[in-house]
Amino acid sequence: MAKIIVVTSGKGGVGKTTSSAAIGTGLALAGHKTVIVDFDIGLRNLDLIMGCERRVVYDFVNVINGEANLKQTLIKDKRVDNLFILPASQTRDKDALTKDGVERVLTELAKEFDFILCDSPAGIESGAMMALYFADEAVVVTNPEVSSVRDSDRILGMLSSKSRRAEQGLEGIKEHLLLTRYNPERVQKGEMLSVEDVKEILAIELIGVIPESQAVLNASNSGQPVIMDKDSDAGQAYLDTVQRLLGETVPFRFLTVEKKGFIKRIFGG
Amino acid sequence: MSEHSLELKGSLFPLSVLHCTDVSVSSLEPLLSAKLAQAPGFFYQAPIVLNLQDCQQVPDFVALKQLFVALKLVLVGVTGASPTIKAAAQDAGLAVLQAGKTASTKANEVPQTAISSQQLAPSTMDSKIVEQTVRSGQQIYAKGADLIIKGAVGAGAEVIADGNIHIYGSLRGKAIAGASGDTSKRIYCFNMQAELISVAGNYWLSDSLQGEFWGKPACIKLQDDTLVISELV
Repeated sequence: MAKIIVVTSGKGGVGKTTSSAAIGTGLALAGHKTVIVDFDIGLRNLDLIMGCERRVVYDFVNVINGEANLKQTLIKDKRVDNLFILPASQTRDKDALTKDGVERVLTELAKEFDFILCDSPAGIESGAMMALYFADEAVVVTNPEVSSVRDSDRILGMLSSKSRRAEQGLEGIKEHLLLTRYNPERVQKGEMLSVEDVKEILAIELIGVIPESQAVLNASNSGQPVIMDKDSDAGQAYLDTVQRLLGETVPFRFLTVEKKGFIKRIFGG
Repeated sequence: MSEHSLELKGSLFPLSVLHCTDVSVSSLEPLLSAKLAQAPGFFYQAPIVLNLQDCQQVPDFVALKQLFVALKLVLVGVTGASPTIKAAAQDAGLAVLQAGKTASTKANEVPQTAISSQQLAPSTMDSKIVEQTVRSGQQIYAKGADLIIKGAVGAGAEVIADGNIHIYGSLRGKAIAGASGDTSKRIYCFNMQAELISVAGNYWLSDSLQGEFWGKPACIKLQDDTLVISELV
C-alpha cells in the first residue's frame, strides 16, 4: 500500500521543494520506489531542484485532462533508481487541479509506488488543499521564526479539518515537524526561535532539523538534491530525517553551536 | 445543487427577549436607552422579542416599533401575550412566538427594564470539550455552554463561549467568554499569552496583559464592569 506524504508549510520560501526533493531522493536511496509530485501548478520548481528541467514533456495537468498517460509523463531520475518525478504544468494555474482528477492520478500512482510525495504550493488555497487532501502523513516544513510558525499552525488546522481523513472520520493525518534553516548561533543570540520553542507552540512530533547551510543553495543551483551531498551538514540532516520517517530512532544533530578554533579543540573548551 | 429553488426549514436562532412590566413608550424609552448606552454596539440592530406576560393593556405597537427603529433595534415579535394583545400584535405585523422553556418568570417581577439574553436553547450549561490543540485560523464557539480545551489555542485562533472557557494549554489566540452577555463568566488558562480576552463584551488586548501574569496560569473575570486578572490557584 502506497503511503501518500504531503510536504507543506503554509508560508512560501521555507524549503518545501528542497525538502521534497531531498526526502524523495532519500526514500529512493533507501530502496523504496518513490514519486515526487509537484503540485505547484504555474510555478514549477521541483524539476529545477531535481535537475530534470530539460526532460519535461508532459505534466500533471496533461495527465488529469487525459492528454497524456502517466508512463509518458513520469520522469525517471538518472542518478537514483526507484525515483520518479511528476512535474507541474507551468502554463496553467491551480484551478486546473480537480479533486477527482488528483484522486485518479494518485490512485494510479499508488499501484506502482511505495511512497508518493506531494510537494505542496504555498498558501492555503485550492492548490495547497489538493496537495494535502489525500495525504496519509504530512511533513510540515517550518523556519524558526514567528510568521512561519504561525502559518504552520494554520496548515496543521487544515490538515485536521479539511483533509479526506478528517472528512471521512478516519484516523488523522500523521503530522511531522521539519525545522529548516536552523542556525544554532542565532538561536543562542536570541535572534531565532529554538527547537524547543517551535515544538512547544506547534505541539507535533519533530522529524528533523536541517541546519542553515551553503550546501542547500549549491545543491539547488546544480540541480542535485542536497541529500546526495553526503559530506554536507544539511545532507546528513536530511538522511537522518528520512530514517526517522521510515520509523528508525536517530539522535538529532546540528542543534548546538559548533566549537571552533584549535585551542578549543585541544582543550575541549 | 438542489433541484428545488425554494426550501422552508426550521432553525433555531438566539434572540434577546425584553422583559418589562410597563411597555408604554414614555416609560420604556429612557430605561431602554440607558441599558443600550452601557454596551453601545452590542445590541446594534439586534432582533428583540418582547415578553408581555405581565402586560394587561394592549400596548401601542406602532409607537413601539418606531421606538425600536429609533434605538437601532429590530422588534421581531412578542411572546407570553394574552389573546387580545396577540391579535393586536399580529395586526401590527409582529410575530407571536411560543415562550421558550427557559423564559424566566422571575425576571418579570423585577420592576425595571432588563434585557436578558436568554437563548431559546436549554439553560442548563453544557460543556463543549475540544480534545486537541486549536490551530491558527480555527474558530470554536460553544453556544450556550462552557468550553473546555485540552490543548493550546494558537495565535490567530479564536475560542468563544456563552459560558466559561477553560484552557489547559497555552492561550495565544483570542478567548471570548460570556459571549451572549453573561457577566459572571470567566476565562481560565494554564499559560496566558493571549492576543485578546473578553468577558461579556469587555476586552483587553495583549498589551494590557503584559506583566505579572504573562506566560503564567491565570484567571480572568469581570468585577464592577472591569476585567480583573488573578493567579490560578
